[in-house]
Amino acid sequence: MAVHNQKAVREAPANTKGIIHWLQENLFSTPSNIALTLLGAYIIYSILPPFLQWAYFDANFAGDSKAQCTGDGACWTFVKVKMDMFMYGFYPEDQVWRLQAGVVLFFLLIGFFYFSKSNKLKIIAFTSYMIVAILLITGGMFGLEVVETDKWGGLMLTIVVAAVGIVFSFPIGIILAFGRASELPIIKSICITYIEFIRGVPLITILFMSSVILPLFFPEGITFDKLLRALIGITLFQAAYVAEIIRGGLQSIPRGQYEAADAIGLSYWQKMLLVILPQALKVAIPNLVGAFISLFQDTTLVLIIGLLDLLSMVGVAAGDSAWLGMETEGYVFVTFVFWAFCYGMSRYSNKLEKQFNTELK
Amino acid sequence: MTKFTKLSLAALALVGMSATAGTLEDTKKQGFVKCGVHVSNAGFSEVTSGGERKGMDVDGCRAVAAAVLGDASKVKYTPLNAKERFAALSSGEIDVLYRGTTWTETRDTSLGLNFAGVNYYDGQGFLVKNSDGIKNAAELDGATFCIQAGTTTELNVADYFRANKMAYKVNTYDSNDQVIKSYESGRCDVITSDASQLYGIRSTLKDPSGHTVLPEIISKEPLGPVVRQGDDAWFNIIKWSYNAMVEAEELGVTSQNVNKMKTSDSPAIKRLLGTEGNMGANLGLSADFAYNIIKQVGNYGEIFERNIGMNTPLKMKRGLNDLWTRGGLQYSPPFR
Repeated sequence: MAVHNQKAVREAPANTKGIIHWLQENLFSTPSNIALTLLGAYIIYSILPPFLQWAYFDANFAGDSKAQCTGDGACWTFVKVKMDMFMYGFYPEDQVWRLQAGVVLFFLLIGFFYFSKSNKLKIIAFTSYMIVAILLITGGMFGLEVVETDKWGGLMLTIVVAAVGIVFSFPIGIILAFGRASELPIIKSICITYIEFIRGVPLITILFMSSVILPLFFPEGITFDKLLRALIGITLFQAAYVAEIIRGGLQSIPRGQYEAADAIGLSYWQKMLLVILPQALKVAIPNLVGAFISLFQDTTLVLIIGLLDLLSMVGVAAGDSAWLGMETEGYVFVTFVFWAFCYGMSRYSNKLEKQFNTELK
Repeated sequence: MTKFTKLSLAALALVGMSATAGTLEDTKKQGFVKCGVHVSNAGFSEVTSGGERKGMDVDGCRAVAAAVLGDASKVKYTPLNAKERFAALSSGEIDVLYRGTTWTETRDTSLGLNFAGVNYYDGQGFLVKNSDGIKNAAELDGATFCIQAGTTTELNVADYFRANKMAYKVNTYDSNDQVIKSYESGRCDVITSDASQLYGIRSTLKDPSGHTVLPEIISKEPLGPVVRQGDDAWFNIIKWSYNAMVEAEELGVTSQNVNKMKTSDSPAIKRLLGTEGNMGANLGLSADFAYNIIKQVGNYGEIFERNIGMNTPLKMKRGLNDLWTRGGLQYSPPFR
């Protein structure tokens, strides 16, 4: 009987595996690729080592005054000393625990979202989180001391502005998108006028209007909080963009879906909320997250109306005569914080896209 | 006239009316002074690591609070940008603007503002390296200047050098940061900007003592507190709460010796501190309003030295801001 002798497994040819192969395949495959690789390597070589030298090897971390920053590198002592200001603005020190509690609750909420399957519970949890967070930050109830908005600042203000903008612009945007897609002429024209008007104006103009022009029309005594005015402006601005993104999603839904929903006797709101919107939102997620990320970055514009968000806090911290000339360290730090937040948001959007992807692969 | 313009005019008229209703009474009722300041300007309105505001302008606000409410800490600071500062004042969001605002004819007349004094005489100056051996501006012939683009600084330099028939070169940069960097790397010999800024810039250089701000000032920038037109009582309070600090320095009254000075025999000191005459009552304030200012905030020399003087990182000389008795411009009309 013939016996089949298993031949020894041969290794793959040396030129199709390993680091060398990967390099050849990805970095040095064609002359133009070789040139680009070398150029890239040169750029990294000329930027990274000096940056590391400045930011780490020559940097100062210890101490608590400018005099202790003796090296040629970065003075991270500055960021360390001013950390509370970057994070909480001028929030009273003995009340900062309220902000920290808000962050802890936020992570609990994320954990809950991760494990819970029930959408109803998620909505209840989210709404109650918003209420608790607003209570914690502003105070004035349950024995919490009121913290005036002129004490708010730094990262905390950036997050408040972005979060309020995102959370409140979303439902308004949905309603505007429905309105624009509606067949009722008055509603439709109101929504179109609103959206096109807002989109024709830069955010900076709206902020200026809210901070400079608006108060002139109120009688004295009725002074609206400056932050509240800015928040309303940003929310109304963002809503117009959200509306257009969702309208894009609505238009991608085939006519048959509307007709099918009509055919089984759903009312307008049932049709829109149960059939059309879920599908439209799924399509709109990447653009929505993109818009929210750019809103997060746009919040830095509030510095032109004298609100001290994270970015303007660098100017404030470096204007302290004990720490003059530390802008660079501050801006590098703020860059990193912004990157971390925006990257986190974009990862989360990737996860959502995958989760909602019901198409056959 | 459209409905909208009518409406806005009515609203503005309302603002104007309520302004005349008495900022002093409103301030006493709400218990704090609404003061507009610079967001961040070293030595004038800066925030310490502890989150407290301090500076020359901030002390101006505190002096008003001490005068009106007897407590210098009763101030609500509103950080403002250059563009929104006047609107904040005319809308009543703030009642006094202490924000390094240059007193010009246009602002004083056409914007509905009143300038209540000059708490810092600024002007464009020159910062040079000691190693270049330049002692005054006449020796700057042929020098290269670093300037921030889009400021009147550039025009002032052009005027000055044309008038003096000297040659010069200019490198303009977008930001103050770039100006400093290129000065440090030797691409220019001179930085020119407002003198108060130059002292700040000097303190950020590697070796501050190796650089000097030249004595020449080539433009006038009188910076001072501003109020709305139409409330003369309030205007007087801002004016005289500032004058009280200057007068106190001239009379040698400081926050340290003010209690002892209360029993002084000098009639001028007695009038200032309210033990004689009715200076306070004329302003609608308590008799000891100036005492409160000096006790809690200090006299002009004290706030200068504390915030921007030689013992601070900014190391500014008194210069134009010295008392008139020592050759400066700080001069208070008499308290009598």
